[in-house]
Amino acid sequence: MIVRTDKLTRRFDGFTAVDSLDLEVEDGEIFGLLGPNGAGKTTTIKMLNTLLPPTSGRAFVNGRDVVRESSKVRRSIGYVPQLLSAEASVTGYENLLIFGKLHDVPRKELEERARKALEYMGLEEFGDKLVRTYSGGMVRRLEIAQSSLHHPKVLFLDEPTIGLDPVARRAVWEMIKDLREKFGTTIFLTTHFMDEADALCDRIGIMNRGKPISLGTPAELKETTGTSNLDEAFIKLTGNVLETNGNVRDIQRDRNTARRLG
Amino acid sequence: MFGRMASFISKTLTIAELEARKIRHDPLDLFTRVVQPVLWLVVFGQVLAQVKAIPTGDMPYLDFMTPGILAQSVLFISIFYGISIVWERDLGIVQKFLVSPTPRTAIVAGKALSAGIRSLTQALMVFVLAAVLGVSVVLAPLSLLTVIIVVLLGAAIFATLSLIIACMVKTRERFMGIGQMVTMPLFFASNAIYPIDMMPGWLQVISYGNPLTYVVDALRGSMVTGGVSEFGLLFDVALLTVMMVVLVLIAGRLYPRVAR
Repeated sequence: MIVRTDKLTRRFDGFTAVDSLDLEVEDGEIFGLLGPNGAGKTTTIKMLNTLLPPTSGRAFVNGRDVVRESSKVRRSIGYVPQLLSAEASVTGYENLLIFGKLHDVPRKELEERARKALEYMGLEEFGDKLVRTYSGGMVRRLEIAQSSLHHPKVLFLDEPTIGLDPVARRAVWEMIKDLREKFGTTIFLTTHFMDEADALCDRIGIMNRGKPISLGTPAELKETTGTSNLDEAFIKLTGNVLETNGNVRDIQRDRNTARRLG
Repeated sequence: MFGRMASFISKTLTIAELEARKIRHDPLDLFTRVVQPVLWLVVFGQVLAQVKAIPTGDMPYLDFMTPGILAQSVLFISIFYGISIVWERDLGIVQKFLVSPTPRTAIVAGKALSAGIRSLTQALMVFVLAAVLGVSVVLAPLSLLTVIIVVLLGAAIFATLSLIIACMVKTRERFMGIGQMVTMPLFFASNAIYPIDMMPGWLQVISYGNPLTYVVDALRGSMVTGGVSEFGLLFDVALLTVMMVVLVLIAGRLYPRVAR
């Protein structure tokens, strides 16, 4: 198990964002955490990547405790936040260079890895242009390159294709699959797009209001709910999605990301 | 131990490198920042020099205030530095720094050094401006080195103070309010444009606790002919270094909280 959680819980002022989550992700798997806005997906990812300490329970990444051995965990992971987080006022190549250094990519290999990554992401002609001039899809690809330059064991992606057009989404999917093929990277992603989970993930965990409600391969989930596609399975499993999920801030954040990507 | 120190230094330099690259792509900002010191030296300084209201001994008033205005530029540039952390948090950049194996204190120290780089470009402008206005600036290598060290220390202190404030208030609006609130008092409760002896007793007490006082004092003792450091250069630099280390340690603890 490359990622394992044990009754992982996070509370914010009386509100429980993640509630006793037990989860296991296998080495080399593409695992998708699904759920409506406010289900606790981002909070879960932030606990696994050491940004947020759990209120109770434990989590292990690559065999290390995310709280007690956080610096060791950080050596084995990459993270692409939901927000578009490349530095816009420097070039794509410079973004790779700086983060490569922060992630301890050996200096001798850094330049070559950065150039190769740009080529691989279809950005070789744009490497020396300011990121400000990139399209949303290009920024996303750059960010995936940036977070995998050090060949992490686990790559965490929070809503990697939100706001992207269909062509750009597919390009991102291909890159994620390739990373797993080439380096055996385990991918842990969150999404609320069913087609994305269906096309990409080996296994899916569905969350609602901080609790896991279902876990299995896409085919298994369709079978247990007696539905023909994941959208229906999802609605069946989460109940009325419109009810209270997601607050203004979540939705604003989604919109901001989408606008910047636009 | 040696490995950790080397890693701390190289990560600090990497964060500062990002800033240097940003400045290289967009140097315009450096020039707009020069307007304020120009106003202080050309307008305020010239008028006050005319009325001779401030006793500065044998020194012309403009020479007296030049180090004060450089210190002020450093303060103004650095104290709003914290806003960048709020901005970078909203963009997700802070989160990526934090997930990398970079010591928290190195992120903070890197930001402090970034403010120092911007402040040094400002120092260059102030030197040129002062020379044009007839201030007798000292260009001896050792004096220049002192100026560079003091500017870096001052920038690091105010940038880190600003980061601490940003880590506590977490939003841009609140940060701007507090930034405005502390900047002018720091400036006026210092020896930047008048000697401490002129202040009422209570203000003197405050000014002795104000880091800007020691930045000004060290600059006054090193950048203008006839300038005297009241507390001694060594004392100033030592005290500023201690202040910086304490602030960086505090900010290093608070920094991860902004990403939550």
